[in-house]
Amino acid sequence: MILIYLISILFVGGLVAWLSERVDPNYPRIVALVTVLIDLVVMISLLGVDPGSGGWVASVNADWIPRFGISFYFAADGLSLLLILLTGFLGVIAVGSAWDDIHEKTGFFYFNLLWTLAGVIGVFTALDLFLFFFFWEVMLIPMYFIIAIWGHENKNYAAMKFFIFTQVTGMLMLVSIIMLGYLHFLQMGMLSFNYHDLMKVEASGTIEYLMMLGFFVAFTTKLPSVPFHSWLPDAHSQAPTAGSVILAGILLKTGAYGLIRFAVPLFPESSLDFSPIAMGLAAFSILYCAKVAFAQTDIKRLIAYTSVSHMGFVTLGVYAWNELALQGAVMTMLAHGLSAAALFMLAGGLQHRIHTRNMQHMGGFWEKVPKMAVVAIFFSVAALGMPGLGNFIGEFLALLGAFQSNILFTVIAAFGLILASVYSLWVIQQVFQGEYKTDKIEDSHLLDLNRREMIYFGAMMIGLIWMGMYPQSFLNLSEPVLIELLNNTQAVTASVVRN
Amino acid sequence: MQEFIWLLPSIPLAGFLILVLTSGTLSRITVAVIGAGSIGLSFLVASIIAVQFLGSGDDYYVKEVWTWMSVGGFSPGFSFYLDGLSLVMMLIITGVGFLIHLYATGYMADDPSYSRFFSYMNLFIAAMLMLVLGDNLVLLYLGWEGVGLCSYLLIGFWYTKPENGYAARKAFVVTRVGDTSMAIGLFLLFAQLGTLNIQDMLHLAEMEWNIGSGLAIATTLLLLGGAVGKSAQLPLQTWLPDAMAGPTPISALIHAATMVTAGVYLIARTHVLFELAPSVQLLVAWIGLITLLMAGFTALTQSDIKRILAFSTVSQIGYMFLGLGVGAWSAAIFHLMTHAFFKALLFLASGTVILSMHHEQSIFKMGGLRKALPVSFASFLIGSLALTAFPYTSGYFSKDEILLAALELDGPGIFLWAGGVLGAFFTGIYTFRLFFVVFFGETSGHPPEKEVGGWHMNGPLIVLMVLSIFGGFISIPVDAVFGHGESHEEHHVSALVHGFMVAVPLLGTLVSYLCFHKKVFSIEKLMSYSISRRLHKFWHSGWGMDWLYDRVFVFPFLWLSRINHADLVDRFYGLIVEVSKSANKMVVKSQTGYLRWYAFIMALGLVALLLLGIIL
Repeated sequence: MILIYLISILFVGGLVAWLSERVDPNYPRIVALVTVLIDLVVMISLLGVDPGSGGWVASVNADWIPRFGISFYFAADGLSLLLILLTGFLGVIAVGSAWDDIHEKTGFFYFNLLWTLAGVIGVFTALDLFLFFFFWEVMLIPMYFIIAIWGHENKNYAAMKFFIFTQVTGMLMLVSIIMLGYLHFLQMGMLSFNYHDLMKVEASGTIEYLMMLGFFVAFTTKLPSVPFHSWLPDAHSQAPTAGSVILAGILLKTGAYGLIRFAVPLFPESSLDFSPIAMGLAAFSILYCAKVAFAQTDIKRLIAYTSVSHMGFVTLGVYAWNELALQGAVMTMLAHGLSAAALFMLAGGLQHRIHTRNMQHMGGFWEKVPKMAVVAIFFSVAALGMPGLGNFIGEFLALLGAFQSNILFTVIAAFGLILASVYSLWVIQQVFQGEYKTDKIEDSHLLDLNRREMIYFGAMMIGLIWMGMYPQSFLNLSEPVLIELLNNTQAVTASVVRN
Repeated sequence: MQEFIWLLPSIPLAGFLILVLTSGTLSRITVAVIGAGSIGLSFLVASIIAVQFLGSGDDYYVKEVWTWMSVGGFSPGFSFYLDGLSLVMMLIITGVGFLIHLYATGYMADDPSYSRFFSYMNLFIAAMLMLVLGDNLVLLYLGWEGVGLCSYLLIGFWYTKPENGYAARKAFVVTRVGDTSMAIGLFLLFAQLGTLNIQDMLHLAEMEWNIGSGLAIATTLLLLGGAVGKSAQLPLQTWLPDAMAGPTPISALIHAATMVTAGVYLIARTHVLFELAPSVQLLVAWIGLITLLMAGFTALTQSDIKRILAFSTVSQIGYMFLGLGVGAWSAAIFHLMTHAFFKALLFLASGTVILSMHHEQSIFKMGGLRKALPVSFASFLIGSLALTAFPYTSGYFSKDEILLAALELDGPGIFLWAGGVLGAFFTGIYTFRLFFVVFFGETSGHPPEKEVGGWHMNGPLIVLMVLSIFGGFISIPVDAVFGHGESHEEHHVSALVHGFMVAVPLLGTLVSYLCFHKKVFSIEKLMSYSISRRLHKFWHSGWGMDWLYDRVFVFPFLWLSRINHADLVDRFYGLIVEVSKSANKMVVKSQTGYLRWYAFIMALGLVALLLLGIIL
């Protein structure tokens, strides 16, 4: 039941926030903050729940459209819980980053923000595939509005691109889901979209491969991975900061979650066949996007491309499909959630202050905004995989595990570590180092981070240090889930390997 | 007390945190006390631990603090491993580190970013201690990357100059190439042996791998990649001379005494693997030899006082690699220690010279400084003697051991030895070239009124002078670490050979004396030949390595980035949009609103269909 609360608190809070604008345009942000904080408290309470035999800390199952075997089936295990907590945490941060940034239509903005979060939590907990698809769409539409209404100079194009990419590839997944349900009908005599039921469906090679591709394309568009990534730089550069935080921190992770929860476990055989392609794509994605990132002058586009590059390690880890690599993928999701969100907030903060995202107009900001410089260096260094911070644990484990399954692509992917240092340090150079010059920017508002900003950057720093120094707190939560998934697929993949 | 070994990196780390969190609000004296005091305290703790450890007679001591992560059989811990090797390293790092910190409190006194400087320095010491004390390769890698980060931050410390930023990035990226090779080595080791705990791993490798097996060769090559990156050896040596852009105490601490020797430490630490791959071990020797000769030539042609010392550092680390390559493990570590003493001395003294000369770094704009700068003069005299292996100075003992070990190696040993001796000849020339040009001859330009100093700058110089002279008599307790496989008996060479080895660097010194002090041979005349000018230019540029790397790696990468600035993949989607838009335009045109037009098209379609039906 608690999962229903989690989602409905956000839905209701969103509506209240929208309505409260009529009273005072400053109320919605307060309502939003309170709502997200309440949600976060509820999430944290889930940590105390002792997982039952199946490893589920909470679940609820009620009929929705029984004729088609569709139900309200939510359940959360350690993996979902980690991602829900990330969602709650970044939800608070997102509200904080919008606090002084959004002044128009505040009610509708926070409504969309909270509904996106609700959609994401639905995605992370739905175990009925139809329900999952429903939430997949729910998180999409409010996000579209966030970009299209509160975005920057080219917002309509970016929002439309975001919408079409996700929608078209989502359709492919829907086709696969319906096909799975139908196969279940053929084999078991009734329709079902229940995750556990669909695991038992058997399909011939080609059919399974096609269905797997449907899921894969939908998820890697969201992740994103080359060649489905090109919506992301536009979306990020146009979205308001809070939108970027949610997009980079949480929405991208739904794609990764989908791969781990659905794409591989539902189609273990064809995923095994497909894994060299997926890992090759991941390695290519890592290097290609790192290189394109380096070429950007728009700081937000640059960070967006680095996101794609880092998500390559997730794909690599997932398709290596062993415990080390999967844990690496999960840790990368969490750590990148924080580091990318923080970097987008820094970029957003800069844009807010000097009204440009063009790095060629910046330089020497260190002496003007030393705190911001230190924070930027911290998160850049985290992103380039400095040991002691969370991203290192993720990428190191992912590579360590991937090495055992595909040496060639792992070695290629490892070169991403070099390129990551090239673009990260280049950003620091262009923005913060060098001579301070004011001929190209209006710098009267170039002030250092204020206390509110320091609080949420500080919280994210602590998060990354925690992940980097004692990742066991996180690994322990996901471990039983991943082992269960591995065991479930092992029988199938082992028999394939033997043949 | 040994169980408090975790305090060693923790104290400097605490210093770093205090300095960062107070972000420059503390007074300069407080910053100095925290910055240098934390390292002094670390040195004190390290000394007590060392005395206890040596007294206990154990070969090693392990302290597990906590399990870092534990995933599917992979469980590296925050665990510290103390043996003779890490003991020597930790004493060098904290001891020499403390002296340099103390010196820096004076050297950096006028810098507005005083607190930032010491926070980076403290973080560096913490990371460096992690590197040498970690009992597993992942913890070592943490320190390894940590010192790289601090090196980057400190080279680019004066960030307003773009060239400093460039040097900092170059150092980080070039070493990261090596780091990545090392990381892949770690993946391979774990995949094969199932552990990254150093001692367990060495043990397993010894049992499971044959000498000369492919796995041993592959892993040692990958680890060697990391070592040559960090230790600025061929082919990744290009970053170190540029790294001199940082404040001079940094050059002394990071780019002479400690971090750049991390590669030597790594190879010594995993020497069991290298013994299993004799071909790679020999490669280490050759890399060392070629690097030491190339860097020696280049040092001869430099005019910047710090760059001369930088190339000399590259060259001396080449000697350490040579020692490692011929299996003289303890001699290499011994040279690492004595080099830390005399090179830190030389760098710090050059700092005093530079500061006294108002940030002038070209040796040809100095001259006759021996009267004006007596402390620097004494430091340079002693440091140069030790560097050129003058008999009974510290550098003499360590270099001697390395060369003798090379001579005893069968096969290529004689070539390695001859090359090393030739390198010593050049060491004599370039070291005393610097010495004579700066301290003798005519005073040029504006001689400094007084020497910058004070007890906190001169004190460390004096201590380092003493260590540079007498450091050779310290015996390092590494026998248990390298116990097996190393012939540790006295070297037997004829007095003639030994006399020759002593004489060669002196001969180099003499050449230097004649050329640069007495001017018996005119350098100007030599430079009037075009061939010597070209050679000079070639060596001056570091054998054109930067030129080559720019063309092979940097320019192609920049070119690729430039042409694909707009992301080719996005063009494809753009194309889809264009196609749909033009299709839309065409269809829009057909919608004319004239009924007769629609009727005509309908009729046409009907005819076409009928025709199609007939044909099929």
